[in-house]
Amino acid sequence: MPRIIKYIFYDILRTRFILFYTLFLLVSTMAMFQLDTDTGKVIMSLMNIVLMVIPLVSIVFTTIHFYNSYEFIELMLAQPVNRKVIYFSEYISTALSLCIAYIIGVGLPIILYGISPSSLTLLYIGLMLTLVFVSLAFLASVLTRDKAKAIGITLLFWFYFSLIYDGLLLWIVYSFSDYPLEKLTVGLVALNPIDLARIMMLLKLDISALMGYTGAFYQNFFGSFWGMTFSAGVLALWIILPLLIGARIFIKKDL
Amino acid sequence: MKTLFLFCFFLSLPSLLISNVLVVSPSGKIQSIKTGIQEAQPGDTIIVKAGTYKEGNIIIEKSIVIIGEGYPVLDGEHKYEIFTIHANDVTICGLKFIDTGTASMHDVAAIKVLDSRRVKIIANIFTNTFFGIYFSNSSYSWIEDNQLQANAKAEHEIGNGIHLWKCEHVTINKNQIEGHRDGIYFEFVTNSLITNNRSEKNLRYGLHFMFSHNDEYRNNFFVNNGAGVAVMYTKNVKMYGNTFEQNWGSASYGLLLKDISNSEVIDNQFIRNTIGIHMEGVSRTLLDKNNFYENGYAVRLQASCDDNTFTQNNFSSNTFDVVTNGTMVLNTINGNYWDKYQGYDLNKDGIGDVPFRPVNLYAMIVERIPSAVLLWRSFLVMLIDRAEKVIPVATPENLKDNSPTMKPYDRS
Repeated sequence: MPRIIKYIFYDILRTRFILFYTLFLLVSTMAMFQLDTDTGKVIMSLMNIVLMVIPLVSIVFTTIHFYNSYEFIELMLAQPVNRKVIYFSEYISTALSLCIAYIIGVGLPIILYGISPSSLTLLYIGLMLTLVFVSLAFLASVLTRDKAKAIGITLLFWFYFSLIYDGLLLWIVYSFSDYPLEKLTVGLVALNPIDLARIMMLLKLDISALMGYTGAFYQNFFGSFWGMTFSAGVLALWIILPLLIGARIFIKKDL
Repeated sequence: MKTLFLFCFFLSLPSLLISNVLVVSPSGKIQSIKTGIQEAQPGDTIIVKAGTYKEGNIIIEKSIVIIGEGYPVLDGEHKYEIFTIHANDVTICGLKFIDTGTASMHDVAAIKVLDSRRVKIIANIFTNTFFGIYFSNSSYSWIEDNQLQANAKAEHEIGNGIHLWKCEHVTINKNQIEGHRDGIYFEFVTNSLITNNRSEKNLRYGLHFMFSHNDEYRNNFFVNNGAGVAVMYTKNVKMYGNTFEQNWGSASYGLLLKDISNSEVIDNQFIRNTIGIHMEGVSRTLLDKNNFYENGYAVRLQASCDDNTFTQNNFSSNTFDVVTNGTMVLNTINGNYWDKYQGYDLNKDGIGDVPFRPVNLYAMIVERIPSAVLLWRSFLVMLIDRAEKVIPVATPENLKDNSPTMKPYDRS
């Protein structure tokens, strides 16, 4: 397995996209730190990048990579190698390269310009979102043989989680505003990894806006140890579940 | 010069001749303060030496001066009110009051002043007193340099630090109040001055202020109080150079203004409060040269306010700058600095060419549906806000700053 991972890793590096991605993150993060002296504000702007760009890049890159290495996968399957090994090697190497790009691109400037609880949280949620969206991309890729269709599905995933879902959530909150919605919304938020990551970040940044009765409730829930464990656990589920479903499909699939 | 000195000398001669100094000390001739007061004539001075005095309730009905040396301790033994003053021209200085009684029917205080004038309470220490200094119907008085400290857990267990009811012409200067219910409490107190005090970690308000016209408070610090500072039902209040900081919690305000008119809020700092200023029923009030930093809501301007003016304030790093609950706008907001302003300045006169609308649509939504706060800073909310900024639909069209400055006002 390590040898397969190594090959795939070299293959990814050869495409150079990952290098551009690292450079893009590095330059934009550095630029933000230089433009504004207030670290809190920088983290806030970085949060917007992390919540939008990282999922998009992770999911699209992974899908394209998967289809580009289709021939390699077919070749490997002709060898006496377990399908599971191939699938997870693909996952690990893709996720690893994206994570390294993120750590260098965003983590390095953060370390240079000062570590704080909020910046560490940012680093954490960025890594988690990368892993989640790589998983989702694998799921989308094994669902269909057609590359265009798969990219369509991944874009839909991204669109759904970063825009449509929030719209639905706002609509639900708006229409049922006469009812106590606190617990329900906590449940609904868990169904969207981007929202979950955003709330973990919010609690570190401007808690003030989260005040008022409802705010206090969320603060109590997500701010407590159990709330943290809950959100971390749910994010982990978001990584594992799509990956395992994808693995099941991949193992049975007629390629 | 010589004649002046002689004049003063002869003028003070009668009092010099008549007034005595009595010394109370645990080992001296007079061993209790009560006896000292009994033997004193009006105008006398009693010097209390260091030691602990447990004498229950001490009533002062003579115009005397009591000075402590080395902070003698007056112990209320958790049962008694310590000093009850009912005389004009009394001075209490340099004493330490500890452990008064507590009661829910009447207000037990370390020093209670009733129907008196010209009373001075200077440089005393109060530790775990129920009420610290309590003035009722007393005027022309002076409360200075006192330190009040209590550690109550619940509001019903403790009274106010400095409590004034129906007084006028009182000066409260350089006191430090910590851990009481209200730090300073004013009801029907007029023409008074509150300066250089520090009111901190009180369970309810740092300063609680009602029906107290023509007062002025300057250069005070109100830090980390349960609900901040409340100023209500008052006209002609002047608030200059105060700092409201870290009043944090679901029902906490830096400054709560309710039914205020003809007042001035100038040069104050509002830092890290859940709500910087909450205004309700405020009229004809000027808010000028204040700084709002890192508050949840900088200004919450209810639609019941009219004719107020906001100028030359700095708004930076607040989550929401201005929130309101109606569409009618009767206030003027002009010439402030907003860090969220994105306009341009073509003629380089330092004033932005496009008006700034400080009310954020999403803040209005959160105001109506608190649960919606969950979506704050999401992509969707960003899009909605952008759209609203271009064509205001739900936010009040006229609530805008027509001449926002490009750079913050420098106040250092």
